[in-house]
Amino acid sequence: MTRTETRYPDISHARFSKAPLPPRAGAGLKGDHVDQILADPWPVGFLEVHAENYMGDGGPAHKALTAIRNRFPVSVHGVGLSIGATQGLDQRHLDRLAAVVDRYEPGMVSEHLAWSTHDGTYFNDLLPVPYDRDTLDRVVTHVQRVQDRLKRRILIENPSTYVAYAQSTMSETDFISEIAHRSGCGLLLDINNVFVSATNHGFKPMNYLYDFPLELVEEIHLAGHAEDIDDEGERLLIDAHDRPVCGDVWALYDIVISQIGAVPTVIEWDNDVPDWPVLRREAQAADAILVASGRIALLGSRHASV
Amino acid sequence: MLFSSPAAASHFLAPAMHRSDTPLGLSSDAAFAAALIDPDLPVPHGVVGPHGKKADRRFAVYRNTVTVSLVTALGDIFPVVRKLVGEGFFRAMAQIHVAASPPSSPLLFDYGRDFPAFLEGFEPVARLVYLPDVARLERAWLDSFHAADADPLDPEDLGRVAPDRLADLTFTPHPAMQIVASRYAIVSIVAASRADQSLSSIEPLEPEAGLITRPDSSVILRHLPEGGAFFLSALAGGAVLGEAAGQTLADWPMFDLPSAIAAMLEAGAFTACANSSS
Repeated sequence: MTRTETRYPDISHARFSKAPLPPRAGAGLKGDHVDQILADPWPVGFLEVHAENYMGDGGPAHKALTAIRNRFPVSVHGVGLSIGATQGLDQRHLDRLAAVVDRYEPGMVSEHLAWSTHDGTYFNDLLPVPYDRDTLDRVVTHVQRVQDRLKRRILIENPSTYVAYAQSTMSETDFISEIAHRSGCGLLLDINNVFVSATNHGFKPMNYLYDFPLELVEEIHLAGHAEDIDDEGERLLIDAHDRPVCGDVWALYDIVISQIGAVPTVIEWDNDVPDWPVLRREAQAADAILVASGRIALLGSRHASV
Repeated sequence: MLFSSPAAASHFLAPAMHRSDTPLGLSSDAAFAAALIDPDLPVPHGVVGPHGKKADRRFAVYRNTVTVSLVTALGDIFPVVRKLVGEGFFRAMAQIHVAASPPSSPLLFDYGRDFPAFLEGFEPVARLVYLPDVARLERAWLDSFHAADADPLDPEDLGRVAPDRLADLTFTPHPAMQIVASRYAIVSIVAASRADQSLSSIEPLEPEAGLITRPDSSVILRHLPEGGAFFLSALAGGAVLGEAAGQTLADWPMFDLPSAIAAMLEAGAFTACANSSS
């Protein structure tokens, strides 16, 4: 991913021009938005797709994503690889992810620190892992296997959680740091997840960010959350992706960007999806912070625009 | 929609829960997975809230997300079934199916293959005799949607075949071509429902067969005439044109062969033809 790559794509393989993610706001791609995005005079920085939605052989979904990829950089975000599972990676699913990456040549590929499949059942949720040595070894092995198969570095995203495991022996930030350092992967920092988990587990989001290896963050996610209560009647936040980003999360985002500089940032909105202009407004709000705070970042211009 | 209903919440607060009921010695995700599926199991051993807090409502968030997201996925795969029985009834019914037959793959567009058979055995919808075949048609529609891309057979290719060689032709089915035949008026029901039209004029006990194709980028559903499903299935199964036509006409003497061939070309049901004897 050096910036001195040839300008002429290898036509024997590449279908698209090279398109690394710009240090701008992007959006999670929804099928209903494709035509509006293509017609919008304001170009969103990039679009992120869930890999699993493009694992069919062909049809309208691929046609739409091809049209998007012809105009925009794209990132591929896996939601089904179950990297935290005790029973190992599903080689067929890894091959399918490789096919999507091969087909769309995304600027970035990411997955979650979570599991979603056990004993042949897929739960369609990102479920938590215990933070202990055995789990760490397993996750590192899985991340390395994914990177070997895809022949590229991936990013791992911090989770939002509602419960903890009594068997955990490490903090989440130490656990994630070790995954990155041992596997060589980069990190995707989901700031809404930080806020949700901090509220749910009673810690300060800023303390988490102090401990998080921000220098390894190559992409940021922002989303909205819902609110419930726990068994004690206290606030329990649900990572619902069903509304605008809240003010507390915007404030944390501003702080992070002022520290690490402008980083590609995705607005995720997966349930009760609004019309494109509403999502675009969120992306424009992120762009404003990237411009204003990215400029004064302490870590400088390591994500300088391409 | 991610919140627990009051009834569900009180269930999770029921005093009958003893953490020692949870089988020990399982991997963390094995115990977690078992309790996700079976709401009568207690919160898995070792799954806790922070600072000594309880984890019942917390764990219920996972249970609820799994169920709600999979029920929603089924509803998106079977929108006509959902509309026919009503949203509330559908969600309750789908929840039973999700618990009994959760997905085995992260590809949710592959989910629901057992749902038509489930509907056949689900007593509360027994009077909606057409419902399982409506579901089969919807499942086939989604398979067509995600099938591989291919250019349909160019009618001119067929026009170039010498008339005396036509009977020996075999046809390659388009990956997105699906044929669904039923004793019920499933094509009319699905077409009207998906177009938000009234179903009141449809006589549900009329047998119908549908051809699903994707000649361009959109999935198209067409009525097949009597004998049409047999004819196209025979061709798709590798029968030569003469044989498929002969067998169809033997059973359906009124079958209009030229119209059927014109319609299958227009629909993009096949990608290529070849002379079997050459």
